[in-house]
Amino acid sequence: MRQMLRAALAFIVLALAARTAMAANDLTIEITKGNDQAIPIAVVPFKGEGTSPGTDVAQVVADDLEHSGRFDPIDRKDLISLPGAGDTLNYSDWKMINANYVVVGKMTPEGNGYKISFELHDVLGQKRVLGQYVSASRDQLRAGAHFIADQIYKKITDVRGAFSTQIAYVSATGTDQNMQFTLNVSDYDGYNARQVLSSNEPILSPAWSPDGKKLAYVSFEGGRPAIYVQQLTSGKRIKLTSFKGINGAPAWSPDGRRLAMSLSKSGHPEIYVMNLADRSLTRLTNSSAINTEPSWSPDGQHILFTSDRSGGPQLYEYTLGSGQVSRKTFTGAYNAGGHYGPDGKNIFMVTRDDSGYHVAKQSLETGRVTVLTKTRWDEAPTIAPNGTMVEYATQRGTQGVLGLVSDDGKAEFVIPSTKGNVREPAWSPFTD
Amino acid sequence: MQFTTTAKTLAAALSFAVIAGCSSGGGTQDGTGSGTMDTDGMTSGTSSQGMNSGQNMNVQMPDVMTIYFEFDQETIQSKYEQVLNGHAAYLKANQSASVVLQGYADERGTREYNLALGERRANAVKQYLVMQGVSASQIEVVSYGEERPAVEGHSESAYAENRRVVFDY
Repeated sequence: MRQMLRAALAFIVLALAARTAMAANDLTIEITKGNDQAIPIAVVPFKGEGTSPGTDVAQVVADDLEHSGRFDPIDRKDLISLPGAGDTLNYSDWKMINANYVVVGKMTPEGNGYKISFELHDVLGQKRVLGQYVSASRDQLRAGAHFIADQIYKKITDVRGAFSTQIAYVSATGTDQNMQFTLNVSDYDGYNARQVLSSNEPILSPAWSPDGKKLAYVSFEGGRPAIYVQQLTSGKRIKLTSFKGINGAPAWSPDGRRLAMSLSKSGHPEIYVMNLADRSLTRLTNSSAINTEPSWSPDGQHILFTSDRSGGPQLYEYTLGSGQVSRKTFTGAYNAGGHYGPDGKNIFMVTRDDSGYHVAKQSLETGRVTVLTKTRWDEAPTIAPNGTMVEYATQRGTQGVLGLVSDDGKAEFVIPSTKGNVREPAWSPFTD
Repeated sequence: MQFTTTAKTLAAALSFAVIAGCSSGGGTQDGTGSGTMDTDGMTSGTSSQGMNSGQNMNVQMPDVMTIYFEFDQETIQSKYEQVLNGHAAYLKANQSASVVLQGYADERGTREYNLALGERRANAVKQYLVMQGVSASQIEVVSYGEERPAVEGHSESAYAENRRVVFDY
């Protein structure tokens, strides 16, 4: 019951957020690499779904689980029976097709939507391990499916699912003086995109406030860069900084009270922290080199940033309080755009090798670097709030698209764009 | 304040309009379009560097508005010195004129880092102009990084055209 209530509340929030033009299929995910060690799971088409308009709820659930890289949904054509929620399962059937888990569901019309009942069965343990329902209006069926996937993911992995989260991203068309930029917010998988801002001047570096209610970003409206903070539900915004020179790379502190940024008002880019209550600025770096792309550690004690003080760009960590700076990256000549993972134990970054620019993960404990992506133009990694998936900007032909990779690099997807060059993804925090 | 110039290219004409808008003394305009703005024009501009008045009848705005850079470099290549000298002469001769130096980078690497690289290039040009005697107050630097590529694509030739500083009067 509590689950249902929480889901219902989530839908109200989503419905508010969705008030502007919906472009449901601007982005859709395609698989580029699967993980053959993932847990096999059968997600049976939900009973009664024939009456639902458009959304194949069971398919959305299966896709979510697959995107995490931890699950390998079994092909529908290989399912030997199609039970629904409440039906008795013959576990030996599912054992035969090597399913470790089975998800079944049932959709019952209810008001302006459906009551979706779902169950998770453990095939080896031969028992139902989860049985719930969620109510979703007709146009929120995808959100209902993401909610179900979150419950299943949590039950099996003991890690909170991040399928109900969102991304912000920038889309651009044109070249040189004839360009159009939009800032957009969509579900994490690219669906339900809506436009937050449109401009014929560049927009970049969107960053979610920790409560998920605001976006900070850089916009060149008026021909000069400025950092704005915009409320997502009302659309209201403030111009936070417009100093001479670069106003870039906004990054929220975990408590939401401060914003780190890169400003070049002193003559070259330095890292500053602004106290949002009184807009006072504290300068952190003083190196006459480039200092940019700050990112806060989850405990709020450190700021990772890019600097070329040693020649090329590398990542450095500033410790608040002591002011101590230590270099973190030593592998390769180009490491930039670093972010801490949510556990604070790994950093994700853009690294360059002979085959191009890739997304890499580095353990802060051991220094070990794992290159997660293999295409040539991968950048702007942003990490799901549960740390299990990374979205990034990449190229397909000459078009900018988003990629999605599991945090171990084993499963990889591309989210092709139907509109413009997509870049600068930023993953929302958990919002409830 | 008054000045005379000739406009040949559309870019120069547009820039001219902006500057005309800035001048407050009812200057005259000679927009016959019959003049030429070639290297000779720039050379004559260079020769007038000694002038320190805010008015000059002869120094034309150079028609080359863009210079290019090597990969990961902000060094000004010697082949562009004449172009920069022309702009320096023009700015010194027209002290009410101001210019925005737009710095750009190619698409390789992260966007924020490329904003910093673009700014470095524009600053290198600014420094050069100031060394030639241009007042720093006439120059503003705005970096667009890789955000407004002149040419799309992942080729070396596209990159070369995108690593640039543009004079925007």
